[in-house]
Amino acid sequence: MTETLAEEPRAPIETPDQAARSGVFMRLLKNPLGLVALIILVIVILAGIFGPLLAPFDPTRADLVNALTGPGAAGHLLGTDSAGRDVFSRLLVGAQSTLLAAALAASVALVVGLPSGLMAGYFGGWFDSVASWCTNVLMSLPAIIILLAASAALGRSVWISMTVFGLLMSPGIFRLTRTSVQAVRNELYVDAARVAGLSTGSIIGRHILFVVRAPLIIQTSIVSGIAIAIQAALEFLGLGDPLTPTWGVMLNEGFINIYSSPILAFWPGVAISLTVGSFVVLGNALRDALEDSPKVKRAKPIKLTPPKTEQIQTVMRGESKHLLTVDRLGVGYPQEGGGTKTVVSDVSFHLDRGEVLGIVGESGSGKSQTAFSILGLLPAEAEITGGSITFDGVALVSASGHRLSQGRLARLRGSRIAYIPQEPMSNLDPNFTIGYQLVRPLVKVLGLSKADARKRALELLTIVGITNPQLTFDAYPHEVSGGMAQRVLIAGAVSCNPDLLIADEPTTALDVTVQAEVLDLLRDLQERLNMGVVMVTHNFGIVADLCDRVVVMQNGRVVESGDVRTLLHNPQDVYTQTLLSAMLEGKTPMTMLTVATPDTTPTAKVGL
Amino acid sequence: MVSFIFRRLISGVVVLFVVSTLTFFMLYFSATSVARNILGDTATQAQVHLKEVELGLDQPLFSRYFNWLGSVLQGDFGVSWFTSQPVVDSILGRLPTTLSIVLATIVIAAVLATLFGVTAAVRRGWVDRLLQIVSIGASAVPQFVVAIVLVTVFAIGLRWFPATGYVQLSDGFGGWAASITLPIIALAIGTVASTAQQVRSAVINVLSRDYVRTLRSRGLAPREILFRHVLRGAAPAGLTVLSLQFIGMLGGVVVIEQIFALPGLGFLALQSTTQGDMPVLMGVVVYIVIIVVVVNLLVDLAVGWLNPKARVS
Repeated sequence: MTETLAEEPRAPIETPDQAARSGVFMRLLKNPLGLVALIILVIVILAGIFGPLLAPFDPTRADLVNALTGPGAAGHLLGTDSAGRDVFSRLLVGAQSTLLAAALAASVALVVGLPSGLMAGYFGGWFDSVASWCTNVLMSLPAIIILLAASAALGRSVWISMTVFGLLMSPGIFRLTRTSVQAVRNELYVDAARVAGLSTGSIIGRHILFVVRAPLIIQTSIVSGIAIAIQAALEFLGLGDPLTPTWGVMLNEGFINIYSSPILAFWPGVAISLTVGSFVVLGNALRDALEDSPKVKRAKPIKLTPPKTEQIQTVMRGESKHLLTVDRLGVGYPQEGGGTKTVVSDVSFHLDRGEVLGIVGESGSGKSQTAFSILGLLPAEAEITGGSITFDGVALVSASGHRLSQGRLARLRGSRIAYIPQEPMSNLDPNFTIGYQLVRPLVKVLGLSKADARKRALELLTIVGITNPQLTFDAYPHEVSGGMAQRVLIAGAVSCNPDLLIADEPTTALDVTVQAEVLDLLRDLQERLNMGVVMVTHNFGIVADLCDRVVVMQNGRVVESGDVRTLLHNPQDVYTQTLLSAMLEGKTPMTMLTVATPDTTPTAKVGL
Repeated sequence: MVSFIFRRLISGVVVLFVVSTLTFFMLYFSATSVARNILGDTATQAQVHLKEVELGLDQPLFSRYFNWLGSVLQGDFGVSWFTSQPVVDSILGRLPTTLSIVLATIVIAAVLATLFGVTAAVRRGWVDRLLQIVSIGASAVPQFVVAIVLVTVFAIGLRWFPATGYVQLSDGFGGWAASITLPIIALAIGTVASTAQQVRSAVINVLSRDYVRTLRSRGLAPREILFRHVLRGAAPAGLTVLSLQFIGMLGGVVVIEQIFALPGLGFLALQSTTQGDMPVLMGVVVYIVIIVVVVNLLVDLAVGWLNPKARVS
């Protein structure tokens, strides 16, 4: 229905080949935050490896004569601490234990979380239940309290506390792996590998590990950062080895001398913050680089100006010849590197009162984008690039100011222009009753009293052929069927007696038997209310059944338009001919028209 | 709904039982030298042995465990090995300090994170990017480093707040508020930052839902759609994040209470850890797990209230 461009990227997109992978690295380097984080981490790692060699002083040698000298004094770059030990040397040497602690925690988290996540996701069953319960328990425990208990029980050692902490962090890895594995387990290529006789081990190795690789790297980076912070906190609390020069121990000493020499706490504080921050920022930057989401150059804010009821009156019913005129409309999505991806260009058509216009085309032809332009409900990332839309003599979109008329459109929506969506279940708010969702616009937009609105809503539910309106009125969306939900949405759309109805593939998501009933209902309502209808569809059967005129779209452009009989009889454009022959499975086009559907009144129908 | 609550309660009790049992068994092996620690180096071997008998350390593991469990089920957590004060008294005496800090932080975090997260999600553009960068930065600095900076700048440097100590609420609101302001700020910065990020993505997710577009097509005001429908849709995710933050903070206060010298539950936890005061440490662990279980239950109930679909499952 909507183009994929409008979607928010959620999971990191896979980058299967070497070229793409180096692309990720290049994007990471282009991200200023990511680059800085990477540089800091490289420096810390170099300090961790070569620190003991580079340190100008013995980090543990006390020199009480030179205690608490300021930075730069007596060759001490960053000064000395209360025992006269060189701060810079201690910082350099401290990098090593910091990194080793982080590596240990991350490894334990991976060693525990990855295999269990793979097994739980791949095999499911009892192992999945038990492991999931365990992770829930682990996740609901405050880490530091557990680490305190562990240090009381098992002794004060960096290695013990980081092993325990790795265990506490393993649920993150477990969940990530399990979810990814579940997502790919039933993919066709995994099935194919299974059929081809690959062992479970090599399927997991070749196909499944590949998928979880990227999110795992990100998660590991973040776990490492948190581990360093936790380790430093434990040492700061005095639960580390006080003789080893670590950043947490240095911070503790600095804090003890905070009144006399606050600078002592500053250096380890900066070292810890920069390292932890770099791991976290690197994780985020990696995620951005992998997703490579086309950044929106110019996002439109959702305006928070409510349409005033009295202003609706000022939009007079004009005496224009056509109800709706779309003239050379263009829609595009601004791209990250400048430029615009055009999805609709130079589209023109018109619609008269009481007329049904079909817009036909395959997915991605721009038909839905055209419909949303008329409603003013394009995704925030999209913009009108040209043309005009005039409704009943009122310019909604004009070539000069592309988005001038959001306010005018907002006043028309729900009072004179209405919309029926494609997917019934996802278009009702699951958190509110159907009754509430029908009544609220009647009260807010049409100004009915609550009691009148309620009466009207029940009436509308009866009109759309729901046998027990009160039951449906009180139900939540998940308690009704798809066909019922679509009738509710139709009731909502026609509740304002609209002049123009935009229906976006209103039957595509329904069962075949229900489709026919909903089409009958639409035809009946269209005639009864004398609405102009724009029917977006890919189905020539519906076009033949309902429409007076038709517009055929391909790749964002109109390829052919005209009276429905003429066009179906004698399609001029090659694309239309292809579509027709594909849809009608070799039958002669006119067969659909000759079989007239009997006009049944939907009120007489039994609810689904 | 009743069976849903019942099942969550059972699960909570199981968690409580498993965690406290594991902790007890783990701590058993560490209690070997505690009698000597209590009495000091000058005590004779006979005195040490007498003390061990007095503490029940001479009994086998399971007998000690069931004794402990039996008393705990009757609400008796024993007495501290070092001060002989009843464990329940010392915990209940310190709970208000910790809870006033943690609850105040959660309330502040809920309000600010919603404000920032929703603003970023709705306005997008540079506002969004700015908030993203600030919140990544703020959530990356460890809480205790933030606390030390706050002490150095606002307590020692500017002298706006006391550096350490806790003033009871009963001794005056001003003093109480001043004594917990810096601890709350130290906890809140990271909490607000990471919660705001989660709220932002939850709101963006709901804003992209089909039903939001359909509600707009009905002519409802954007403000009404945002405040009634989008926020309600995003609320369960926000609540879950807040509950995780709350749990994390129960650990975080150990460091914060140490830095600001606040006599809270975290202070007690650290003290009993360094001393090897097993009854107190067990008491703290059980109380904290109870708080965690209750918070999780409340969040489940709130999500069920907000989301009719979650009620049936």
